[in-house]
Amino acid sequence: MITAGVDVGAKYAKAVILKDGQVMARAKALVGFDLLKSAAEVFEVALKDAGLSRSDIQKVVSTGMGRNTVVQKPPISAEEAVSEVVSAAAGAYHVVPTAKTVIDVGAEEGRGIKVESGKVKDFVINERCAAGAGTFIEAMARALEVKVEDMGPLSLKSVNTIPMNAQCCVFAESEVVSLIHSKISKEDISKAIHDAIAGRISSMVLRVGVEKDVVLIGGVALDPGFKQPLEKELKANIIIPEYPEYVSALGAAVIAASPAR
Amino acid sequence: MASAVEVKEYPSEPLKCWDQAKNLRKNYYEDYLHAHEKGGLRWAGGAWSFSSIPAGLGEDVYCITGEPYGATVAFFKDFASKCHDATEAAGFPRTLCAYMRNYWGSILLDKYVLTDGTVVDGHPAPDFIWQDHICCSHAKWYQLVKWLEKKRGKDVPMFSVDVSVGYPSDFTPEEDYKVDYIVGQLNDGIEWLEKVTGRKYNDQLLCDAVWNEMNATSLWAEVCALNQAVPAPLDEKSMYSLYVMGTLMKHRPECVAFYQTLRDEVKDRVKRGIAAVSTERFRVITDTQPPWGFLKIFREMEKYGAVSVGSLYTFGLIGMWQYLPDGTWIPKPVPPKKPQTRDEALQTIVRWTMHKPEWAHFYQPELKTKMMESIVKQWKVDAVLLHYNRGCEGLSVHIAENRLGLMEAGVPVFPFEGNMGDERDFDLTGTMARLTAFFESTGLKKLKE
Repeated sequence: MITAGVDVGAKYAKAVILKDGQVMARAKALVGFDLLKSAAEVFEVALKDAGLSRSDIQKVVSTGMGRNTVVQKPPISAEEAVSEVVSAAAGAYHVVPTAKTVIDVGAEEGRGIKVESGKVKDFVINERCAAGAGTFIEAMARALEVKVEDMGPLSLKSVNTIPMNAQCCVFAESEVVSLIHSKISKEDISKAIHDAIAGRISSMVLRVGVEKDVVLIGGVALDPGFKQPLEKELKANIIIPEYPEYVSALGAAVIAASPAR
Repeated sequence: MASAVEVKEYPSEPLKCWDQAKNLRKNYYEDYLHAHEKGGLRWAGGAWSFSSIPAGLGEDVYCITGEPYGATVAFFKDFASKCHDATEAAGFPRTLCAYMRNYWGSILLDKYVLTDGTVVDGHPAPDFIWQDHICCSHAKWYQLVKWLEKKRGKDVPMFSVDVSVGYPSDFTPEEDYKVDYIVGQLNDGIEWLEKVTGRKYNDQLLCDAVWNEMNATSLWAEVCALNQAVPAPLDEKSMYSLYVMGTLMKHRPECVAFYQTLRDEVKDRVKRGIAAVSTERFRVITDTQPPWGFLKIFREMEKYGAVSVGSLYTFGLIGMWQYLPDGTWIPKPVPPKKPQTRDEALQTIVRWTMHKPEWAHFYQPELKTKMMESIVKQWKVDAVLLHYNRGCEGLSVHIAENRLGLMEAGVPVFPFEGNMGDERDFDLTGTMARLTAFFESTGLKKLKE
């Protein structure tokens, strides 16, 4: 059975094509104002890589904050939309069958999900605050005048702990500016930023409880500076699967293949 | 926008007494506004106050209860926004009780809102304040009202009853010294009422009002008990428009008469299998006041076939219950004999009020969790939606503990942040997205758009 999952996220659209449980193709691109257009382009790239056309896909399930924009709308014409929580759990379970706690940190939201056999038992979402999401790191990178992809490696060079109390993206930015003026190194500031977001995410995840195995997914999982402070906060080893940013799209494709649906 | 699924549909029809409810509430607000034109008296105080007591001053004594008024303001978001601006401009922080701020804002603006959203000029000042101290905000609420009215040139006398005697633990009988403490204050209060109004107090009217209050609150419990039926004859969104009569006029004969009519109609709906939500297939309860400006969340839930059948708040703010040894709730039976004297009436109403289930919010999180578990079991509930209500510290205190307790008991719980009276603290889109995720996690799919 060939299915597809399309994750229309806050910053990136991702598509995964799955055949009998194996990934045939994946693609991602930044989303613009036209969510349907962005998602369609990504979907077409994935189809092309797999050497397929839409008619070869038996079912498409969408997820992500823009999931409803692609339901029953060509060229994707997703048959169903599911929430990010459900797709993240299904995808994480597919790649790490021992997953019990899934932490999904994307551009706009952070989520902690308690999982049992791929099904959601409980979840918590970072509410109305960018301080627990990838946007936080991006904003701080701008303040530090470094590329966002350099933030993680920079932070790993620091051995100092600088408390950054700001739990708000806006206030954190002024705190970063103060640290720069205090001649604190960019490495130390970057580590402080990663410690802060790890603190924010861990306090949220602890509300649903942490049970091994803990799996980290979403775009922020690509940041090498995030795993270490998060493990320290949660007092648990964290598994980051290959292609963590695609896990929700993968989950949507897995759900599409589920006979129960 | 999940793909739609087909489910069995129950018959459904509107409540016949709906218009009666609307008119009762409309008249209540208008009666207060026009009380002086009819030679009557106006008093202000909380919905928890012993409203039977001022009833002894005469049948032309009209009240405005603060929390329902604050909720009414919240429902009309434009006016609520103006009230918030006014209170904040006057120096009050937005972290205070949202009902209280809406009420103060209405005075500061010198406007009064009616049930259809009409905003009239001139906030009607009360002739006296009759309040009780149920939470940290209630005591200060009317102290500030008195101060605000004084600034408007009216010296409003105020009497407050301290009710901080706890909630009879484990459903045991109330202790006499606690009852006497409150009865003593009410006796003092009657003397005070005579003094500040210049009216002679009528004990017969007091006995009638106490009797009405006990009957009304027992009847509301009967209505709620009927909602154990599957399908539920009432949904909580509608119940809000019905329980409110008990928060406005629980001591009045119109309230008793309305609840009798409602009880009979709901009984008939149960008998005929009439559903509030025709696609009912998932039953939830909520907790604390809802975000009044966003009751549409209940309609969104219906798209999944989910119906809220009530809450400890909806059942217990007005409804009076008796708990059987196995934890089962039954409507609290009204004593066989109506009180005949002032002392009997005061003793009776204090003992009655001390058993209001809603006290559990303030005093005992473990007990509240147990009570919610009982509701879950008895009302055949699938999940609990907990409103982390930033607008009410009193009813939100311990709510995170309730979440843990319910989850330990195996009850799925969906917490969401909001505010009963200040729309700035509620994120409709975000809440709906999370609620969708929650429903999906329980296996529900959307039935319709």
